[in-house]
Amino acid sequence: PNAARDEMLKIYPDKTRRKRAKQLLVNDDPEKPAEIGANSRTIPGIITQRGCTYAGCRGVVIGPMHDVLHITHGPIGCSFYSWQTRRNLARPAPGQINYLQYSMTTDMTEEEIIFGGEKKLAAAIREAYRIFKPKAIAVYATCPVGLIGDDIHTVCRQAKAELGINIFGFSCEGYKGVSQSAGHHIANNGVFKHMVGLNDTPDAGEFRINILGEYNIGGDAWEIDTLLRKCGIHVTATLSGDISYEQVTRCHTADLNVVQCHRSINYMADMMETKFGIPWIKVNFIGASSTAKSLRKIARYFESKKLADRVEEVIAQEMAALRPVQEEARKRCQGKTAALFVGGSRAHHYQDLFRDIGMTTIAAGYEFAHRDDYEGRKVLPTIKVDADSRNIEEIEVEPDPTRFRPRKTAEQNAALEAGGFSYRDYEGMMREMKKGSLVIDDISHHEIEKLIELYKPDVIGSGIKEKFVIEKMGVPCKQLHSYDYGGPYAAFTGAANFYREIDRMVNTKVWKLVTPPWKREPQV
Amino acid sequence: MLNGTTAEIAERKALRINAAKTCQPIGAMYASLGIHGCMPHSHGSQGCCSYHRSHLTRHFKEPVIATTSSFTEGASVFGGLANLTQALRNIFTIYNPDIVAVHTTCLSEVIGDDIPTIVKRAREEGAIPEGKLVIHTNTPSFVGSHVTGFSNMVASIIKYLAEKTGEARNQVNVIPGFVEPADMREIKRICALLGVPAVVLPDTSAVLDGPLDGEYQMYPKGGTTIPAIKSMGDSLATFALGHFASHGPAVSLEVKHQVPAGLLELPIGVAATDAFVQALRAYSPSGVAEELETERGRLVDMMSDMQQYFHEKRVAVAGDPDHVIALVQFLLELGAKPVYAITGSRGNHFETRLHEILDPVVPDAIIKQSADFFELHQWIKNGPVDLLVANTYGKHIARVENIPFVRVGFPILDRVGHRFYPTVGYAGAIRLIDLMVNALFDKKDRECPEEWFELVM
Repeated sequence: PNAARDEMLKIYPDKTRRKRAKQLLVNDDPEKPAEIGANSRTIPGIITQRGCTYAGCRGVVIGPMHDVLHITHGPIGCSFYSWQTRRNLARPAPGQINYLQYSMTTDMTEEEIIFGGEKKLAAAIREAYRIFKPKAIAVYATCPVGLIGDDIHTVCRQAKAELGINIFGFSCEGYKGVSQSAGHHIANNGVFKHMVGLNDTPDAGEFRINILGEYNIGGDAWEIDTLLRKCGIHVTATLSGDISYEQVTRCHTADLNVVQCHRSINYMADMMETKFGIPWIKVNFIGASSTAKSLRKIARYFESKKLADRVEEVIAQEMAALRPVQEEARKRCQGKTAALFVGGSRAHHYQDLFRDIGMTTIAAGYEFAHRDDYEGRKVLPTIKVDADSRNIEEIEVEPDPTRFRPRKTAEQNAALEAGGFSYRDYEGMMREMKKGSLVIDDISHHEIEKLIELYKPDVIGSGIKEKFVIEKMGVPCKQLHSYDYGGPYAAFTGAANFYREIDRMVNTKVWKLVTPPWKREPQV
Repeated sequence: MLNGTTAEIAERKALRINAAKTCQPIGAMYASLGIHGCMPHSHGSQGCCSYHRSHLTRHFKEPVIATTSSFTEGASVFGGLANLTQALRNIFTIYNPDIVAVHTTCLSEVIGDDIPTIVKRAREEGAIPEGKLVIHTNTPSFVGSHVTGFSNMVASIIKYLAEKTGEARNQVNVIPGFVEPADMREIKRICALLGVPAVVLPDTSAVLDGPLDGEYQMYPKGGTTIPAIKSMGDSLATFALGHFASHGPAVSLEVKHQVPAGLLELPIGVAATDAFVQALRAYSPSGVAEELETERGRLVDMMSDMQQYFHEKRVAVAGDPDHVIALVQFLLELGAKPVYAITGSRGNHFETRLHEILDPVVPDAIIKQSADFFELHQWIKNGPVDLLVANTYGKHIARVENIPFVRVGFPILDRVGHRFYPTVGYAGAIRLIDLMVNALFDKKDRECPEEWFELVM
């Protein structure tokens, strides 16, 4: 692996090589992961997979809220490209409008760039209200908005007073931070400030939890929801897959937050704990063993024998149904290799699914995760925020004077923790990867090409921009953002889908057809 | 679906809903990919570049490579000089293109980066190797649409590269417009059938419709070569197909090197293809090949076979302006009634030209530039249509209003194969009829009462 690493770095100009060297590691000691360079600026011209802050905010975290009307303040492109391209599916109650089928924008022209776009934004909000009568409107800033000095927050405040519905803005200009990640943070802050806690009516039901950082790509959240319901666990809110405005406003009434995508939503988890006293734990509903482990962890938190028994029953049932599918796929996938380069969480989570069918992840990396996602949250105190990310707002949160309610007594927590239970405990990706595997942050096109040349993985999990590059080289690429328009892959039912998909991909006939027979046989 | 859209039309001045256009840089990126050995470069923050690459990839199901300056907040305030210089050094060292074609985004346009000066300094600093080219165009997203971006990039390619040696070349230039690789291939085939040597710029055939052979080519076989582009200044004439995408570049070449600009519409349908063939004929040593004439005859034959199914059919057409103008004319040739024609792009020529075409035949047709799918849907609710012709974004309307739907133009994100089949030329027209008639037939087969379910149609 060290030779492979050198080979990947060799071509770069000196300055580029020095920087990439920090972001490209051999996982020599999984027990004690080495420090990786992450969440630093992208090297210009290197062909990154990364997107921007607007994408992280509007596209990822808030976009899935289906009865919030989303208005992009900017020229036409940003809203156009974020129009139903992420598969955060939604099914609003019958009769309700699904705003996700619409793409709304102020479509800024030269005139607004020169004279300012605040008036047009205010008019757009009024028009949207007149036509759709939504419960809430969210406004998103794009690159030029910050530069020309449009004050979207004041426009939103005035519109809110005028129209009497909740209207709020996000300063998620594309150039902020270094990737989508800044957008997550900005979104978390905004959702927390403007939506969470507006409705104190708790849900009925026992064992109430929120699932944080689950966006219902290809129906994942629905599978998780069904599974939890079988166990008797009630989901108050899933942020933000198939979520309604109302669910967001009262998610603070739940008793536990479980975090699926740590990168995009850990801010919210921390803020909700500080303000309302809801503890959070990391879970993973991707992969059979991970899903089982996560269910048991939730059951343990609630300290109910009834729940724990029910969880074991459900796991046994689900595993009985899943095992034949798993064994069938394993017959043909055992010993094969995968490489995963996905956003900020799936490059880790999906390793469990591959492991379930006997496949090894030989290389993995995130586009925009931070060191804690690689090395574990233990390193948090040592992370220095660099100049490029310093301007991302950190909001100060205090315990709510009336609504802060610890969910457990100190004794209960001590007992749980003594039994091995841990809160806020994300271990990171590197600890779970094999010794000698490659860990590559913000992988470049060049490095992907080298990786294929040197390792020829049996499948690569990545995104739309890489998919056809990889497949031209004869290696199947599973899109782990869009799921290649399939899914769901979460929970036990989703795992079965995934095993079948990977079995199909690594064993499909098409790869054997790539070379024509006249190139394989000598001329007679 | 789309149940927030009502028949009642409320005036909108500020809110754009479900746009029928996107922004300039994606068009520039597409045009750059039509140069052989070229790396498109997006000078802005990296989100644009990722979005544009992703969207082109979703349309073509092919690799789309481009680099970006990856602006940070600091660069957005102090300028992107260091970013672009560093980008160029990295691009040439790592990816070794022959040429880098830079376009801008709203970010670098608002801050006013002066690209030629940055490139000049980068060359002085040695970031650009000897013999390598860097060209640029300005593509502010807050002006025009993706078609404007395409046009701007083609104009810049010509401005930077086309030369006049004074020695005329026996060839013509064709600027094919923002069309599929298959269309560019078809245009080249038509030129060849007339024996007219042609430089087609840009040319994305064999770039965005490449084979799978186990080897990834960052710079595929296709693309107009740099020597060919250079020679454009010595050509006998330029044919610009499409007012919005192609006229600007052709006229600039005429102004600069006195190559006469012939302005034509996209050759979709009989008359528009005839016009293209007639224009080429003036430069043809051999005249129109029998093969092409036979193709035309086959098209006319198909039109006569099928005309009863098109007669008086109400059609809505949405898309890029050059496409919509050409498609409306073809629909009229077929005897259909194009009642709504919209484009998201701006430009009075769209409305003027379509009124010329439609007023005598369909006087109550609604024609609108700078329109969107939301208002088109409202019109359809007030006056239904039998067929919708648009890009993929028409699919919601087609479903909710139960309209036979044919995908033409950019982008098509939910079907495969379109990059292989032309819509231009006689061959393209045959394919369009095929798609449209079959869409009408499918609906009849699905919905007609059982006693009217017929074997032969």
